[in-house]
Amino acid sequence: MIIYGTALLAICHLLGIFLGDLLGALLGAKTNVGGVGIAMILLICARLWLHRRGLMPQQTEMGVAFWGAMYIPVVVAMAAQQNVVSALRGGPVALLAAFATVLVCAVCVSLINRGERPVPEADAEARVATQRA
Amino acid sequence: MLELLEKTAKHNGLVLAFALVGLVMIVSMQLSRRLTFGRVHGSAIAILIGLGLAYWGGIQTGGQKGLADVTLFAGVGLMGGAMLRDFAIVATAFEVQVVEARKAGLVGAVALILGTVLPFIVGASVAWGFGYRDAVSITTIGAGAVTYIVGPVTGAAIGASSEIMALSIATGLVKAIMVMVGTPMAARFLRLSTPRSAMVFGGLAGTVSGVSAGLAATDRKLVPYGALVATFHTGLGCLLGPSLLFFATRALVG
Repeated sequence: MIIYGTALLAICHLLGIFLGDLLGALLGAKTNVGGVGIAMILLICARLWLHRRGLMPQQTEMGVAFWGAMYIPVVVAMAAQQNVVSALRGGPVALLAAFATVLVCAVCVSLINRGERPVPEADAEARVATQRA
Repeated sequence: MLELLEKTAKHNGLVLAFALVGLVMIVSMQLSRRLTFGRVHGSAIAILIGLGLAYWGGIQTGGQKGLADVTLFAGVGLMGGAMLRDFAIVATAFEVQVVEARKAGLVGAVALILGTVLPFIVGASVAWGFGYRDAVSITTIGAGAVTYIVGPVTGAAIGASSEIMALSIATGLVKAIMVMVGTPMAARFLRLSTPRSAMVFGGLAGTVSGVSAGLAATDRKLVPYGALVATFHTGLGCLLGPSLLFFATRALVG
């Protein structure tokens, strides 16, 4: 049933947020410490565990996949309720921060990828094929 | 007649929000295809429209919650609120293939960590340069430079103001658009040609929509590799932002 997937997601979500709050309280931060990230890791683990035992039929998967696909629409709704008027008064912080970030990351990507041993084209293709298989 | 229509809309706020966002998505997808020939991803345009609507709502009502302050569109506040937002973000973890991710190996993990820490440092420095002095604001803007999801998640967790959250989303959004548009142009400089290089790129650039759209415009074969690592990026950012990075920032600025 599709609700099983959504229920699994809900349980991981609640547990993750709870653990995040707990961690926050333990660290004296009085905030949620990485609850969403913990929930994500729980969901990945739960999925692996259930898959191995054949307890993850496609209907159940769809109950999670639907919400994953709702990610962008929800983000659009989130954007629509931000205090943009005040943000625009903040000036060019956003533009400058984004530009500098992209520049720094691009240089890093380029440097790391230049360190890669040049692989013969055929070899690389074969590796892609095995990874896809 | 009009009164009845208004009553229907007001009593079904969340449902109206679904319809409204669906409409925004259709318009953005068409704009993406016709005006930019797919170069700017539809989701990025949709988010821009969302921010535009928020601006309109803010001007109309003088409130702090953008479009959600307009009574008719209060449901947008529920749909884009913290509960459904976190729920949807957690659900995206379902698409991560752990076995595939392991193949990225050490270099993928290094790229992932660099891709979280470097943007954060850059974003936080810019925030400092513009006169923000409290740890919460600096952390939120720094996290926004990681991605436009990590920014608000971090901001919400440590109690940032809506204004700072909007700034952090804007930062992430501008970054995502720059990655989308710039990747095909800089592909040669970035040495984007192998699955490994795509995973390094996905880890460092981070933003899922930016990476998948940028790679699609460069070489479609590379998309799954980049997107895979980029999916971890958001999780790592959400994990580190309100915790380690916040504490480090607080220790530095007091």
